[in-house]
Amino acid sequence: MPVEYSGIAKEHTAVRTAAGLFDVSHMGEFQVTGDHALDLVQHVTSNDASSLADGQAQYSALTTPEGTAVDDLLVYRHAEDHFMLVVNAANIDIDLEWIQSHNTFGARVENVSDRIGLLALQGPRAAQILQPLTDIALTGVLPYHFVSGKVLGVDTLLSRTGYTGEDGFELYFAATESERLWNGILKSGEPSGLLAAGLGARNTLRLEAKFLLYGNDLDRTTTLLEAGLGWIVKFKKSGFIGRESLARQKAEGVQRKLAGFVMLGRDIARDHYPVYVNGVEVSHVTSGSPSITLKQNIGLTYLPLAHTAPGTKLQVSVRGRACEAEVVQTPFYKRKDS
Amino acid sequence: MNPQDLLYSKEHEWIRIAGDIGTVGITDHAQAELGDVIYVELPEAGARVEAGKALGTIESVKAVSEIFSPVSGEIIEINKDLTGAPETVNTDPYGKAWLVRIRMDKGPATGLMSADQYNAYTAG
Repeated sequence: MPVEYSGIAKEHTAVRTAAGLFDVSHMGEFQVTGDHALDLVQHVTSNDASSLADGQAQYSALTTPEGTAVDDLLVYRHAEDHFMLVVNAANIDIDLEWIQSHNTFGARVENVSDRIGLLALQGPRAAQILQPLTDIALTGVLPYHFVSGKVLGVDTLLSRTGYTGEDGFELYFAATESERLWNGILKSGEPSGLLAAGLGARNTLRLEAKFLLYGNDLDRTTTLLEAGLGWIVKFKKSGFIGRESLARQKAEGVQRKLAGFVMLGRDIARDHYPVYVNGVEVSHVTSGSPSITLKQNIGLTYLPLAHTAPGTKLQVSVRGRACEAEVVQTPFYKRKDS
Repeated sequence: MNPQDLLYSKEHEWIRIAGDIGTVGITDHAQAELGDVIYVELPEAGARVEAGKALGTIESVKAVSEIFSPVSGEIIEINKDLTGAPETVNTDPYGKAWLVRIRMDKGPATGLMSADQYNAYTAG
């Protein structure tokens, strides 16, 4: 997947106003099957997979005993004995080993990443572009639900999910069909303003919507509660790795939290730039970028709890200059119909 | 596509020399690598610049990049139009998007390439 096709800003705007097509086939997919598939998924992930019905998906995380993140992922339930886990490309081997090493349940875990192609069609016109190409009635596919059907004659698992903050779909299919689907969807969507979109736009879109990027905003040094992912930590389900640490942290209260900020001047905060409060270095920018939609420069950073209230002033060191920034509510961008 | 009447640096700046005045910009290759330019930071007129040293920065959506001065001298003018229209760097890098004019120190500029040499340099 290239950084850009026709330009990050153009691709970004297409996704916000029309649609963009991303080839995210690099993502990893594991099939978890067997009588104890659910037991394994429940043990290694923080969200409650027992609440899923067939054809439903959820955002979740693989957690360490300390409550930090091995990875974030999507959990799809095909059947009570069949789940699919969709993980970050850079973590495929790590995750597989992690899950296998905790598989005392006898579930079968198969890495099918190389065999599966994945396209994300995202934007307000995604449904109108896709509907003529499929036998699936798209109005019946609710957010975080998926169905099987044909797209351009190709067997596809179609899921109403994405990483952009817009309506849209993710299409899983046999990797050998990637080129055919990519070309077919692009051609069909062209009159509606569909553009091929790359990694650059994927990053600026997800940051506006405050979807975390593993490796930047979330990793093995950050707990799910610090990352603002308490909503995917389900203490009421049976035990999972990291539950005790997270329960303790919840009772004691977190010391720091991931917060969003906007730059008050025109300087751009980039990943890793140091962050100061009252002249003291407290953190660094985990993700920083111009926001194409808001025409402001935005970012995320872990801040001591006392400095996380919206309106708090920060300084970001931009090539040695202390530049003013202010904590804001997140997400930075929310689409109007959601 | 790289104009024949300019000289080029290894850091992808161009300079048009007329007498002791050099007009400096970034090349088409550089703007294509940067992608959408959204901010150009330049020094004030009167500032001294040294060949091979940073004279300013260009921010695109995806990255920040330093502009290196191809010659030593004094900045006598900066392109103020870029403040309101930084995207000109993408659309007209050899024309409207000149960055600065420099009164060059005496002596020949060194280490610069002709258009043909620069074409070969960027082709590799």
